[in-house]
Amino acid sequence: MTNATPILGAFPAAPDHMPWPRRVVDEAIWRVLSARLSAGELSLLGLWGDAGMVHMAVLGGDPVAVTVASLACPDGHFPSVGREHPPAIRFERAIRDLFGLEASDALDRRPWLDHGVWSARTPLGRPGAPEAPTPYAFLTSVGEGLHQIPVGPVHAGIIEPGHFRFTAAGETVVRLEERLGYTHKGVEALMAGAPIDRAAMLAARCSGDSTVASSIAFARAVEAALRVAPPPRAVWLRALAAELERVANHLGDIGAICNDAAFAVMLAHCSVLRERVLRAAANCFGHRLMMDAVAPGGMSVDLAADGPKLLHELVATIRRTLPPLVELYDDTASLQDRTVGTGILKPELARQFACGGFVGRASGRSFDARRDLVYPPYDRLRFEVPVRREGDVDARVRVRIAEVEESLTMIVQILAEMPSGAVLADLPGADAPGGEGIAVVEGFRGDILAWVRLAPGGIVDRAHLRDPSWLQWPLLEAAIEGNIVADFPLCNKSFNCSYSGHDL
Amino acid sequence: MGLIGDLSIQITQMLVVLLLSPLLTGFVRVVKARLLRRRGPPLLQPYRDLIKLARKEAIVADGASWLFRAAPYLIFAATWVAAALVPTFATGLLFSWSADLIVITALLGSARFFLALAGMDVGTSFGGLGSSREMMFATLAEPALIMIVFTLALIAGSTQLSTVAGFMLSPEVGLRVSLGMALIGLVIVAIAENARIPVDNPATHLELTMVHEAMVLEYSGRHLAMIELSSQLKLLLYVSLIACVFVPWGLAPVDAGFSAHLVGVAAYVGKLAAAGILLALFETTVAKMRVFRVPDFLGVALMLGLLATLLRFVSRGL
Repeated sequence: MTNATPILGAFPAAPDHMPWPRRVVDEAIWRVLSARLSAGELSLLGLWGDAGMVHMAVLGGDPVAVTVASLACPDGHFPSVGREHPPAIRFERAIRDLFGLEASDALDRRPWLDHGVWSARTPLGRPGAPEAPTPYAFLTSVGEGLHQIPVGPVHAGIIEPGHFRFTAAGETVVRLEERLGYTHKGVEALMAGAPIDRAAMLAARCSGDSTVASSIAFARAVEAALRVAPPPRAVWLRALAAELERVANHLGDIGAICNDAAFAVMLAHCSVLRERVLRAAANCFGHRLMMDAVAPGGMSVDLAADGPKLLHELVATIRRTLPPLVELYDDTASLQDRTVGTGILKPELARQFACGGFVGRASGRSFDARRDLVYPPYDRLRFEVPVRREGDVDARVRVRIAEVEESLTMIVQILAEMPSGAVLADLPGADAPGGEGIAVVEGFRGDILAWVRLAPGGIVDRAHLRDPSWLQWPLLEAAIEGNIVADFPLCNKSFNCSYSGHDL
Repeated sequence: MGLIGDLSIQITQMLVVLLLSPLLTGFVRVVKARLLRRRGPPLLQPYRDLIKLARKEAIVADGASWLFRAAPYLIFAATWVAAALVPTFATGLLFSWSADLIVITALLGSARFFLALAGMDVGTSFGGLGSSREMMFATLAEPALIMIVFTLALIAGSTQLSTVAGFMLSPEVGLRVSLGMALIGLVIVAIAENARIPVDNPATHLELTMVHEAMVLEYSGRHLAMIELSSQLKLLLYVSLIACVFVPWGLAPVDAGFSAHLVGVAAYVGKLAAAGILLALFETTVAKMRVFRVPDFLGVALMLGLLATLLRFVSRGL
């Protein structure tokens, strides 16, 4: 991979954009970036809109670094990135729905988040009168004996809403097309103009299972913009909360994946373990999911006095209970038959989509923001990033199991090395200057990107949070192809993308 | 005892199967929950569910024809009659002359036929998906069951269940390879027919993996109650069938006294409990198989039935 900086170096960097530079580029360079993305020399981290402008965060170089490129589009058009680099397609469709900025030569001009039921069109750009909803044109598949199976957005079980359109030949899936956006809450619009603490609360509620990681990402972006450093103890506490969140989610999902193969024993045992983690979190930070524990400037709560003792007990319990469960998973042939070879995500696709988290790492993409875009305290922690190349459901389960073990090791290290002191630094109040900040934080699903622009006085002017699911949902469509319809729930669970975090 | 006695036993039998079947389902659920260290639903929950469903409004899809409304009653009737024909605690049933294994197979086949039609009737994709899967399984499960019936008929010299049970109780039955094969085959067919793990998951909420549940997804209210009760009856029927043929001990013979019948009832309840525990244990230890593995699984049953029949032709002693 090459670094984007040489291409962009000639362009003026935006002032006050921390910690990585943001450069305002022209259309030619924008196209060069698209070509570099398409050639695999750079990875797309995010693409988002702004008032009369689009921003693109790319990752590249050795060691990898983030660069943000901005393109002004005074006439409401910008050259499509998705035309050459498919991962950008859904971002462009969302930009069009939210800001009215059009990717001029885009291949896919259908709406994405806007289902025609909002009170205004392009609510973040120049709001227009709503149009009557038009039927959504699903992609067609032509062939003898093909039939369509529409699933959702209301499902038979209690899960988040999303529509899946299967085209199947008998039981074999020929094409899956997702339609998301049912849980769009307008988070970015709500954040615009909100005070920092209010925006932080919104960030914590993007996706409940990643609340800690989203909060850390948002807090780090705000701190970068304000050039405030959180106290050392807060940084360590954040890592502690993030690893607890990762352990809880991985344990819950390992059980849930097995339950989707009707192997309820794993779910029962894993749920007990997850519950122990959540209760320990409640005792340590006052909330089971640790929502709002992380605040811009540090932590809003300190670790409870008996926290270290509880967490040591928790680590010991999981280390005692998990290996027999892994053994059970290994030894149940009927379960292995379901997971091995099912829903294979090819490494090339994972690389092309810069797919983060366990989904990418199970398909050979060795990227972890904690290691590659290191942020404290991970520079002082010893951990491995498990990578497998099989890319099937089984590989994703095993990466998660290995990540649980790594996280437990990290929790022990954090408890041993945690400094004492204050946990919350004061943010500049009404006299705060404006600024821009960006942060990439590893949540349990993968790298979460947060970008904020603050107006003077501690007000969020514009914020963007990109959930890792944005780059994982499209890959689910690819992974299910050629599998049987009945294996979709298993594949879907092994990805476990966030609906809420994606729809925002 | 004569006609009156046979009639009273037959009526008792019909009521017993109807009243006990939700209990068996509830019992299996409780045992499964306990194996998963959950508290589980109360034992009587299936009864409450049935009463609740019966009281609820039945919503019928716009595109549904008369078949959709009629199917639950047809399915229930066929299953209930089939379940009433299997000797549970006594062999002296009034209808025992018609309690033929082939009749039972045909009744269950008709019930399945109507269920599959009803699944397709409303025209939703899940109904069609479930019906096509059910039929795929049925093409193997039904011949397997027929082969097993033939094996038993060749051994016992009759397809009549009371005669088969009587023969199994007699000392001349001995230890036979073909009987063992028939037992394994029948258990496999029973698991598949009752939509249990590893073929189908009775507790699933994942509409794409359902087989039985997908067919009945559009049913509600009293229609759903009928179908649920039919499924419960079917489970009881298969357990009773296996018990009657392979563990007939305790069955009250024809013209037996009242006490023998009491023993029969006690033995029957014991057999049901044992079967429920075994089923729950089995379901807890395996994962569901891929849809396309099910034909292999049922193919084993078919092959076992076929082998058992052939063995009977080759050697009288096996």
